[in-house]
Amino acid sequence: MHALVLKNLTKTYKNGIQALKGIDLTVEEGDFFALLGPNGAGKTTAIGIITSLVNKSGGTVEVFGHDMDRELETAKSCIGIVPQEINFNLFETVHTIVVNQAGFYGIPRPLARQRAEMYLKQLQLWDRRNSIARSLSGGMKRRLMIARALMHQPRLLILDEPTAGVDIEIRRSMWEFLRKINEEGTTIILTTHYLEEAENLCRNVAIIEGGRIIERDSMANVLRKLQTETFVFNLSEARTAPPALPGFKAQMTDEHSLEVEVSKGQSLNDIFTHLSAEGIAVSSMRNKVNRLEELFMRLVDGSARAAPAAAGAPRGAATP
Amino acid sequence: MSASRARAEWVGFATIVIREFNRIIRIWGQTVVPPAVTATLYFVIFGSLIGRRVGSVGGYDYMQFIAPGLIMMTVITNSYGNVVSSFFGAKFGKHLEELLVSPLPNWLILCGYIAGGILRGVLVGALVTVVASIFTRLPVQHPLAIVSAVLMTSVVFSLGGFVNALFAKNFDHISWFPTFVLTPLTYLGGVFYSVSMLPHWALVASHANPILYMVSAFRFGFLGTSDVNLGLAYGIMAGAVVVMFTLALSLLNRGAGIRD
Repeated sequence: MHALVLKNLTKTYKNGIQALKGIDLTVEEGDFFALLGPNGAGKTTAIGIITSLVNKSGGTVEVFGHDMDRELETAKSCIGIVPQEINFNLFETVHTIVVNQAGFYGIPRPLARQRAEMYLKQLQLWDRRNSIARSLSGGMKRRLMIARALMHQPRLLILDEPTAGVDIEIRRSMWEFLRKINEEGTTIILTTHYLEEAENLCRNVAIIEGGRIIERDSMANVLRKLQTETFVFNLSEARTAPPALPGFKAQMTDEHSLEVEVSKGQSLNDIFTHLSAEGIAVSSMRNKVNRLEELFMRLVDGSARAAPAAAGAPRGAATP
Repeated sequence: MSASRARAEWVGFATIVIREFNRIIRIWGQTVVPPAVTATLYFVIFGSLIGRRVGSVGGYDYMQFIAPGLIMMTVITNSYGNVVSSFFGAKFGKHLEELLVSPLPNWLILCGYIAGGILRGVLVGALVTVVASIFTRLPVQHPLAIVSAVLMTSVVFSLGGFVNALFAKNFDHISWFPTFVLTPLTYLGGVFYSVSMLPHWALVASHANPILYMVSAFRFGFLGTSDVNLGLAYGIMAGAVVVMFTLALSLLNRGAGIRD
């Protein structure tokens, strides 16, 4: 079953900005889906429309088969949202915030209290249940929004930059938690600027740019499309010029760092063979940037370059 | 509507009301105490000190005459103030989104805020009634008129506060209407005087003020006398409830001031 179907979704704001230019997107039930795009691409507008915080200009939204124009309340009851910005009452306690949210979804207080205990414990907030929300740290506030979104046990959980500003330890514990609830059956849509996060967690991905979907595929297929990757070799001994590496594009970025572009089909073994032949020792090696980040930058740059050329003509999504 | 849906909606409505009540109690220093202090000052200055020189109005001493008006004035300002500040605060702090993303229908969200306005209006109105009874004996002639007038008035001004909050973009916007419209209309709505004491032009002008009908119907409940026709007063109050509810709900359905 489809968890979410967007058809020709458009949004033009009063100031004339066309945030969405006809988005078609399907997310399957049980998926862990990444919706990526640069700032201002239209991700938050799309999420705003799905969660009914933004009025759409055109198109349709279906959540688990419920059309939001005809079955708004039923569709909304399927969705849990963790927004980008903090949006709870900072003067209420953690426990009150989550119990009230359950109430808005029709969950009686005794059951809401049980769930509050369960989710606050799972998200390590139970000890702070009686704290006023504004006294929480940034990471705690993010986790509180996740706990709140789960109180009615939504079938579709949408997370808009859930780990922004969260330290790596908490971020990883949040990833584990999200993986667990996804394995338990919750469909998750994630937007993030940490592309490592999307690559680690998500099975499918859509990239949105300029109000259009420019890529939509499985994460594995998307990453396979990456034609070249850049590796950084840390050399044990300093040198000024790059060694001869036939068939590879190489440069020294400092006296110990050798950057080499490796195209699809080329082997890292060849690089090591050449380096060994020249007596160059490598102390460590890493990708210059995360693979998804590299692909993302190329797609977005390509889309930006293509835009002026296609100005005035409708631009189809680059979805294969 | 299925029984489970109705139950869920009732839980949602009750949650809004509980949240509003807790808010009123949590910030009691802003919600409950100031109206009681203000009312006490009114009773001391206008009722006790100046009132002695005024004599009787409509067969009752001045303190008895102004008490229902002061109670009603408190109900009006507190019903309005509760909804406008609570709803605008939620909008400004973005936690209104908690309600907007939920499956609660808009009419129920509106009813929840109205209930919050009534709660504060009645709570503070009851407190001022207690203060009034310290200063004067307040007869109760028609309890049903008291209850009906106070509820309808509270609903109308709760809705007024809601509409104001929808359109408000900053905290100035939620104080303009109470300062420049609501307060003058209340003071000129027969709270401190009987409109029969006014010159003809002012008497005619006063009848265009809906608050006059609300105060008069409420005063009738206590004293058994009214400055206006009671049937007309209830008609105006009922009409105002219908018009304001329809206006607030249609604005909410359109997402005016809250959805892009």
